[in-house]
Amino acid sequence: MTASALYNIPFIAVAIIESIALFIIISQRSLIKVVMGLGLLASGANLFIVALGYRSGGVAPIYTNLPQQAVVLPVPQALTLTSIVIAVATLALMLSMIIHIYRNTGSTDAEKSRLMKG
Amino acid sequence: MGIILTLFIAAALLIHPFGEPPSAMDDYIFENSQQEIGTNETVTAVVFDYRGYDTLGEATILSAAVGGVIILFRKERGK
Amino acid sequence: MGTMISKIVRTMSDIIAPLVFVYGAYVIIHGHMTPGGGFQGGAVFASGAGLLIVAFGAYSLQQKLKDKQVTLLESAGSLLFIGLGFAGLAVTFFFNFLVGTSFFGHIPPTGANAGDFWTAGVLPLMNIAVGLKVIAGIAVVMLTIALATTEVKK
Repeated sequence: MTASALYNIPFIAVAIIESIALFIIISQRSLIKVVMGLGLLASGANLFIVALGYRSGGVAPIYTNLPQQAVVLPVPQALTLTSIVIAVATLALMLSMIIHIYRNTGSTDAEKSRLMKG
Repeated sequence: MGIILTLFIAAALLIHPFGEPPSAMDDYIFENSQQEIGTNETVTAVVFDYRGYDTLGEATILSAAVGGVIILFRKERGK
Repeated sequence: MGTMISKIVRTMSDIIAPLVFVYGAYVIIHGHMTPGGGFQGGAVFASGAGLLIVAFGAYSLQQKLKDKQVTLLESAGSLLFIGLGFAGLAVTFFFNFLVGTSFFGHIPPTGANAGDFWTAGVLPLMNIAVGLKVIAGIAVVMLTIALATTEVKK
């Protein structure tokens, strides 16, 4: 249980998730896959915020029937609530715009649905 | 692409070790929130009382997103 | 209307949907004693509404529940939240003015204890306001997108 640098595996997992999400956003052509990559980016950020506030052997910071242990920090969990709601609002607006693009140009391909050329 | 992955993993190894975060503000919140607010739950106290402005901004974002979806799907009454 | 979903799905969703609504209301109201609160309970309640939209189709649900009445519910929740912020304006904005009085104002003993329902000042009322806002917001978004993408067979 010594604090070696290779013991923080959750942070390395967050790094891999964010890199995969950036790769999906840059290199995919279909618009729905880009939206999936943005959802994965938001989930990686939420996981990073929650993993920052963990104390070894801790339980939830609630006084109702609390066992005698250490408690986890309460502030990062409050920030994660706000971040999840913002991600839901963003995804709802993006999917509505994709429906409109499909109705006006006939395809959900990012190359075929360009209206401004030149 | 590989450069970004290397920079991310270097940052993940240089951060503080995974079980001991710096916690001066959270110790104060955990010890004094039963006297000042009178609740058994510190997460709800942080969301609605110690950081109430952030919850107000989030409620505004929810209203704006719902208004945007309603505007996008409104059919034109023919004139 | 064409082909609807089979009768088994419609009967079972009539039985299960009230249970989901009661669980969502429980998570909203007990937000100051157990984990939960306004946003979490609102999401559980809205998923019960989503079950009804999928099982019965968006057209037959719109005849019982107009869009304008549900957005009125969301505005009521938002005005209640801001009103509770302005009510303690004698000291500062968002002041918890109900701690110590008799309505929602008990103070729990320090350390671990079994929870008391009449604690924590303004927090249960704020939980109910935010819960109404989230329920109405997500239900309106689901109903609008489901109406715009169903095809009407002539």
